[in-house]
Amino acid sequence: MSISTAFHDKLNGACTVPLQAHGLEVLQVNLGYRCNMECRHCHVNAGPDRKEIMSSENIDRVIDIVSGNGISTLDITGGAPELHPEFTRLVREAMTAGCHVIVRCNLTVLLEPGMEHLFEFYADFPVEIVASFPYYREADLDRMRGAGSFAKSIRVMKRLNQMGYGVPGSGRVLNLVYNPGGAFLPASQCSLEAEFKNALEKHDIVFSRLLSLVNMPIGRFRDFLVRTNNYDAYVKRLADAFNPDTLAGVMCRQIVSVAWDGRLFDCDFNQMLDMPIEPPYPGRLEDFDYDMLANRRIIVGNHCFGCTAGQGSSCGGAID
Amino acid sequence: MADYYNDEDLARFGEIAKSNPDLFRKFMAWYEASFTPGLLTKREKVLVGVAVAHAVQCPYCIDAYTKACLEEGMSMEHIAEAVHAASAIRGGASLIHAIQAQNAADKISL
Repeated sequence: MSISTAFHDKLNGACTVPLQAHGLEVLQVNLGYRCNMECRHCHVNAGPDRKEIMSSENIDRVIDIVSGNGISTLDITGGAPELHPEFTRLVREAMTAGCHVIVRCNLTVLLEPGMEHLFEFYADFPVEIVASFPYYREADLDRMRGAGSFAKSIRVMKRLNQMGYGVPGSGRVLNLVYNPGGAFLPASQCSLEAEFKNALEKHDIVFSRLLSLVNMPIGRFRDFLVRTNNYDAYVKRLADAFNPDTLAGVMCRQIVSVAWDGRLFDCDFNQMLDMPIEPPYPGRLEDFDYDMLANRRIIVGNHCFGCTAGQGSSCGGAID
Repeated sequence: MADYYNDEDLARFGEIAKSNPDLFRKFMAWYEASFTPGLLTKREKVLVGVAVAHAVQCPYCIDAYTKACLEEGMSMEHIAEAVHAASAIRGGASLIHAIQAQNAADKISL
């Protein structure tokens, strides 16, 4: 089986090909690749030196789209999306338009100089915070995210808890994201969540749910796999764990991913691999057509094994 | 000198069936049944696996069960605790024989 056709072959045996979108509920917007961190598992290759950033014109287009379509959720990611100078405008206007807003937050960015206002902002505009927190032990987390990251994350989560985020009954959601600390698959989301809750209780921290994600063999994580001679075995591990039951719930069937430059993709991973939505479906924000995109053909590749392995992996965690 | 314990040989485990398919099939059925969650969870069973792998010093089992522990959400600290427990049993198994030595010495001593 050749590498280029492996996922297509699995799809052929598992469902009607090609894979089609099944509605459009979520617009996931990548505001740029700049980040205060350089996590070793990052599929975006985000970091402090990245210059890519979404223009004001494209922010306006995103606001127009989430205000006037059937899209219920705006999912904001990056890099660290809070570093975008118009981040608060985007959140405020989207929420005012009635949109549910998810922010994919690295936690530590809230302690960066000039970012102090974000706590007050999140108090006034209760977004759903989805925070990267890949392990509950300091040494393991700091190895993945950089020295001091664990302690900073704990400080920020305590502040967010004080504001009600993650506290049962508050209506304010703080979800944490686990991903494996290397070239192996994640454990069951359910058992991990119990373990994380138990571990964080010792720090007097509570959270809403744990989302368990698979590391995608893309970006900085791919570099690690290649550098350590783990790439082939890891990709084979993902392919061997292919679970056709996940196909109904993969995120690409209900979202469109918007890149910082306004181009449209089926997911953030296709964005990193420069595999845009292809004609006749709209490929840019200015050509956005809800009905066409809600019924589009999805572009797949072997990286799609990452979302369909084992319990599956999506922006909302495990699929099964 | 020939190389022993090549990690790619683990994937060749099934070749052992060639010389006696029936016994190998029975072994695999027993093996899989032993690792099916029962009163013990999968997590507990792979932790037993990694501990025993160290006690019997099987490099293939150490590779496989270290990975299995990581895929159950455990860290090297979990694995190290299990290996220490297994090693302590192994050390104790040596040490208890000092009583045998004492008995032997007592038997022939004035």
